[in-house]
Amino acid sequence: MDTEHVAAPARRSPGAWLLIAVPYFWLFLFFLAPFLIVVKISLSQTAIAIPPYVPTFDLSEGWQAFQEALSAFSFENYVWLTEDALYWRSYLSSVSIAAVSTLITLLIGYPIAYGMARSPQSWRPTLLMLVILPFWTSFLIRVYAWIGILKNEGLLNQLLLTFGLINEPLVILNTNIAVYIGIVYSYLPFLVLPLYASLERLDGTLLEAAEDLGCPSWKAFWKITVPLSLPGIIAGCFLVFIPAVGEFVIPDLLGGSDTLMIGKTLWVEFFNNRDWPVSSAVAVILLLILVIPIVLFQNQQQKMSEKEG
Amino acid sequence: MAKKSIGPVRREFSPWENPEHPPFIEFRNVTKKFGDFTAVKNLSLKIYEKEFFALLGGSGCGKTTLMRMLAGFETPTSGQIFLDGQDLAGIPPYRRPSNMMFQSYALFPHMNVAKNIAFGLKQDNMPAADIEARVQEMLQLTKLEQFAKRKPHQLSGGQRQRVALARSLAKRPKVLLLDEPLGALDRKLREETQFELMNLQEELKMTFLIVTHDQEEAMTVADRIAVMDKGELVQVATPAEIYEAPNSKFVADFIGDVNLIEAKVAGKSEAGTKMVSVTDGFAIECDQVTEATVGETVWYAIRPEKVRIAQGDTEHGKVNEIGGVVWDIAYLGDVSIIHSKVGEDDNDTIRATFANISRMVENPINWDDKVVLTFDRDAGVILTR
Repeated sequence: MDTEHVAAPARRSPGAWLLIAVPYFWLFLFFLAPFLIVVKISLSQTAIAIPPYVPTFDLSEGWQAFQEALSAFSFENYVWLTEDALYWRSYLSSVSIAAVSTLITLLIGYPIAYGMARSPQSWRPTLLMLVILPFWTSFLIRVYAWIGILKNEGLLNQLLLTFGLINEPLVILNTNIAVYIGIVYSYLPFLVLPLYASLERLDGTLLEAAEDLGCPSWKAFWKITVPLSLPGIIAGCFLVFIPAVGEFVIPDLLGGSDTLMIGKTLWVEFFNNRDWPVSSAVAVILLLILVIPIVLFQNQQQKMSEKEG
Repeated sequence: MAKKSIGPVRREFSPWENPEHPPFIEFRNVTKKFGDFTAVKNLSLKIYEKEFFALLGGSGCGKTTLMRMLAGFETPTSGQIFLDGQDLAGIPPYRRPSNMMFQSYALFPHMNVAKNIAFGLKQDNMPAADIEARVQEMLQLTKLEQFAKRKPHQLSGGQRQRVALARSLAKRPKVLLLDEPLGALDRKLREETQFELMNLQEELKMTFLIVTHDQEEAMTVADRIAVMDKGELVQVATPAEIYEAPNSKFVADFIGDVNLIEAKVAGKSEAGTKMVSVTDGFAIECDQVTEATVGETVWYAIRPEKVRIAQGDTEHGKVNEIGGVVWDIAYLGDVSIIHSKVGEDDNDTIRATFANISRMVENPINWDDKVVLTFDRDAGVILTR
């Protein structure tokens, strides 16, 4: 069978190795190295100094000093994160806001992607362009624009008051609802694009075949279209959920003082309290919260597909 | 004299000869337009129960559109379609008692073979135990038992084709629609599968409607063939009739290989027709009594295998005997096709097949040899259109 075909171990030329090395080198330099620095800071203690933590490595002081510095590392900051309820409440609140936003984005994005994939071939480039169009304006400006729309004397309230749908302005800005609106609006293209890609590939005769076998179209949607677009749904949801958890700008600009999100907590810790070690610990834990479930999920998927294979 | 009939008889089944016999499927004055393009033009056709019927034609002739209208994926612009006495107008595809086997097979990639076959049965809310039994039966019928748990992408082309067939047969439809079902298979497998399809149809006693552009496929499997061109039926007849008695140049040319000789009717009687070829003036006599009048131009269509070829010379003016010069020889193994230039200026080509009945040939026909082409009085057919 084709699937049992195993490729012979490839003998790569030096050129091929170089080609593979480039992205790994890039990841090492711009992802792993900075991350290790953050981990190092998270194990340090805050201090009134520049930079505002100890110990700092100074290789000119020799091996002895380096070992002393190493022994000064502690997990104190991580312990602290468990002691103050603020942190786990921030994580929980971030994850729940991100999850709800992802769900809403999916509910809005699926029909858009589906409509695009079903539209006449000649329209598709234009529709695709329209989805990407918002990226041509700065993200910050677009979020600021929402303030103008959502505030008490903003466009939305004026419109609703004019039509007599409400008697007094709705308070939307500086609530969690504004945060949801902001996240859904900002991340919608990230969900629509992968979903559109997987829906466009869907073979229309499969739906005809389902209908021919006695399955009405609405049912065929659930039995054929949704399962076959699952890879697109998963990819799109990850692309929304992951950045939404750590989102800072949207809750800062649109959210209220009671909007608890880890990005904001981290900002306050870093800039207001100048506590680099604790904010680094917050960032490391955030990364683990995101990475561990995704790795587990992908392992699961791998196992499932291997079992089927 | 022994009774003469056209070709061999496939099976004793000919309800179309009885005008009283009720049709099972009927297209009544069906027209289908896509914008300015007319895919099917005012077409009427009757298909009978338990018939294996083939729609044959080139691409864009409207054969697929006709089948898709029966399945319900297209709505006729005008006209009616009846199935088992029921007018199909307004009935959605999922309520029609027909099932279709798609050209691309359209197997659901996320379901295994057994689930693909069970899909249609589940839509009918059949009890689980019955579904299980029917799926097993279908797997057995199509010899797919050991592949029940495989996904479509883990199967070969031939296996996928059988899954598609099993899935479309599982609901025991009144009509099975086959859209170019064997197009993706290689030649050997295709020929094998054609016979399997015939046996299956005989065994299940279902009505099969096949759409194909492959004339051999249509001739092998079908009781009757409808040859279509530009949205119209050109001829509807048994494979032997289509081959031996085509009603037009189009059909004669579309099915198999043919020599078309333009001729003038020189005389006609009850015993047959006398003709003289237009370009070369050789005499043709034929048993067929034509409706064309004396002096009218007709086409005499004769298949290459009905032309005898031998080395030698002939005098001009002999009946059903033409002298020529070998121009080209194609050796196909079982037969050789010999192209001979005929007539005074060698300006016409007549093809004759030469059966290679022996491995060794004493004095083989060679290029530029003088040859004599002869044929019987009932070898060809006179066409007026």
